[in-house]
Amino acid sequence: MPIIDLDEPQKELLLMGNEAIARGALEAGVKVCTAYPGTPSSEIIGSLAEVAKARDLYVEWSVNEKVALEVAASASFSGLRSICAMKQNGLNVASDFLLHLNMVGLNGGLVLVTCDDPSAHSSPNEQDSRAYSKLADLPLLEPATFQEAKDMTTWAFTISEEIGCVCMMRGVTRISHSRGNVTLGELPKSNVKAHYDASTRRLTQPVNQRHQWLHSKLAQLGEIFETSKFNQYYGPERPDVLIFTCGSGLLYSQEAVNLMGLEDAVGIFKIGTSWPLPTKTIVEHLKRTEKFLIIEEVDPFLECNVLEIAAYESMKIGPKAFYGKRSQHVPSVGEMDTDRVIDALSSILDIRYEARDRSYTKTIGEIANTLVPERTMGFCSGCPHRASFWSIKNALETDKRGGFVTGDIGCYSLARGPAGYYLLQTNLGMGSGAGLASGFGKLDRFGLDQPVIAVCGDSTFFHAAMPALANAHYNQSNFVMVVLDNSATAMTGFQPHPGVGINAMGDKVEPLNIESICRDFGAKVEVTDPFDLRGTTKRLLEMLKDQKGPKVLIMRRKCALLKQREEEPLYKVRVDPQKCIGCELCAKVFRCPGLIWDKELEVAAIDEALCVRCGLCVDICPEEAILREKES
Amino acid sequence: MGFRTEAYNLIITGVGGQGNVLISQLIGQSLVSKGYFVTIGETYGMAQRGGSVMSHIRIARGKQLSPLIPRAKGDFIVALEPVEALRVLGVYGNLHVVVLVNTRPIYPVDVTTGNAFYPDFKELRKALGSHSRKTYSIDATDKAIQMGLPILANMIMVGAFLALKLIPLGIEEFRENLSNTLSQKRFEINAKALEAGEAIIQESL
Repeated sequence: MPIIDLDEPQKELLLMGNEAIARGALEAGVKVCTAYPGTPSSEIIGSLAEVAKARDLYVEWSVNEKVALEVAASASFSGLRSICAMKQNGLNVASDFLLHLNMVGLNGGLVLVTCDDPSAHSSPNEQDSRAYSKLADLPLLEPATFQEAKDMTTWAFTISEEIGCVCMMRGVTRISHSRGNVTLGELPKSNVKAHYDASTRRLTQPVNQRHQWLHSKLAQLGEIFETSKFNQYYGPERPDVLIFTCGSGLLYSQEAVNLMGLEDAVGIFKIGTSWPLPTKTIVEHLKRTEKFLIIEEVDPFLECNVLEIAAYESMKIGPKAFYGKRSQHVPSVGEMDTDRVIDALSSILDIRYEARDRSYTKTIGEIANTLVPERTMGFCSGCPHRASFWSIKNALETDKRGGFVTGDIGCYSLARGPAGYYLLQTNLGMGSGAGLASGFGKLDRFGLDQPVIAVCGDSTFFHAAMPALANAHYNQSNFVMVVLDNSATAMTGFQPHPGVGINAMGDKVEPLNIESICRDFGAKVEVTDPFDLRGTTKRLLEMLKDQKGPKVLIMRRKCALLKQREEEPLYKVRVDPQKCIGCELCAKVFRCPGLIWDKELEVAAIDEALCVRCGLCVDICPEEAILREKES
Repeated sequence: MGFRTEAYNLIITGVGGQGNVLISQLIGQSLVSKGYFVTIGETYGMAQRGGSVMSHIRIARGKQLSPLIPRAKGDFIVALEPVEALRVLGVYGNLHVVVLVNTRPIYPVDVTTGNAFYPDFKELRKALGSHSRKTYSIDATDKAIQMGLPILANMIMVGAFLALKLIPLGIEEFRENLSNTLSQKRFEINAKALEAGEAIIQESL
């Protein structure tokens, strides 16, 4: 796919928003790039890793977001430009460091990109990260197009250096994970030498003085942002309604106005510098008309900040009407789209908009309701997690003490649904399954007599589960931690981690051994292959019976998607229709997409287009009706 | 209505793992090199885990469109999986839309487990026909299996779609972009699939 370091200025490419951000960083002469992977942010550092050697960059997949930001800051302290990317939830992890880093000055520009996931397409929560920019008194930019994603990133480094603070940038799923036209700029040739000046220490003390310094930077930024080309007005001099928007809201707003034919009635002021707002410019636009609609993704961040300005300047601008999330003209949750803008404008201007013939909507609606089946997401065919949860389910059923599972974030989060037999009770943030279990494991003195299992992935183990395990040993908490080790950060695109043996630079490193870490943390440790269903269930049952301290069972098998890329399957899998008694255990309970139901014969069958020939279903069939067959 | 006259809204839909994202990107790239503005909105991340996957490909002159097609504004739908075509029509369909559908179902696990019902193709075809300007159906997966690789169904569908000449991109132009993007080995097999798709649709016309 496109190579982000293509040295052809003025060439137009189709780039993913995240690739555009990465290109922008290259055009700014970035040297150090860090991240912990998380959708929809992973491709920023992922695509920089691909060109690391060619462009002489240092790129790393850090163990978590806080460390990623710390590594980026060290580069900045040493005079290098650095970029750090993360998803919304990652910023929560990095925030402790961020809210100290903001108080000390930087040398090289540091751009912190957070990608929010409105509607939580691939996230356990819906979050608006922009609040952190206000909390940390740091500048925040929001790109509205793919071109801006590139250009703004380059500018963010300049801003960061001009004020000596981190510059934040917010992507959203529909910018970061969409593709659009980007015209390339020049790639600089720079030979900056890193040097740490020990005469300027990076301390937050005296705190009041540093906090004051930070506020003075905000005032300086407000002035810089007044003239930014990223704040732009489109529309008539005196519109009936003026839309304030930012980020993805621009294209949706333009399209809504266009579809409704309201080009002469509605103006759009697009704001790229979301914090601090360019107050004077906003006031000028507030004078244009009486009615304002605010379009943005997730929280009413822009809305509240514009309202604050309007209240403060009310003597100058007079009474105004504001429409948005507060007034319920725009839904308060979920991602933005053109239709949401159309609905808001229709209601404000009392216009009837028909997207299509009503009878079409009625009949297609009825058909869709009756003929279109749900497609619940599940584990891939051949996925080791299906086997692991099968054993966990069977062990808990055999144990009969009402045991339960606390969960974590990764592909295995799907075990909250039918794919993992509804086993997960929680998925409340990285590493939190182990932390919760560490708590549950101490409640026996108050009568809690159910066994507890915490599941976490291999990448999650390094990210945030290790402190919980140390806590469990120290406080002698009684639970079983199951590490679902599939040798990759599979959910976000197979990025390597400390347990894999390779890093983002492509260097081979001695992999950290999860079992020895757990042993050093004082846990009893065993390792199984989850495809050994009987052995895994047996071990887990034994561990559940052991009432003393933390136990770790590592269920280790490579992600089926990776395995498919690397190895040829050994055999074909076939259902013998004579032997199959139609008990439906495989098709209805086990839920592998490769298994289908032959309605005529009333037996299970294999869908050859989907089966990856892992052969696991052979072992769950009580009638030995599923067969592994050597290929001739 | 401004851009409506000079813009095309194409939806490529299917199920995770069918290679829908790749063909969307390839089509988009080819059009950008022809001077068009292309925006592609994709839903993936969990794409390989059995869910519906849809790419919105928006093609326009002189203007970057938003990543999501507004409701009822689809022009063309390429469905790698039959029931997904109908799912898309529910939101984006209208009487002018042209549908190209692969006949081979991928049964949702919910259907196998008996919690959902999968319609037979005749019924599905009828519903598509009455809610589109024109619906074409081809056995792309069967052809791909014949060619030895089920995943090639995606390229067969692209060949068939481009042969319908609905968007400003010729098969030759697409093929050239393909040869610049894929490795020689992958290009050859994909180019064959492209031709196969073109041949299938021309037989049916």
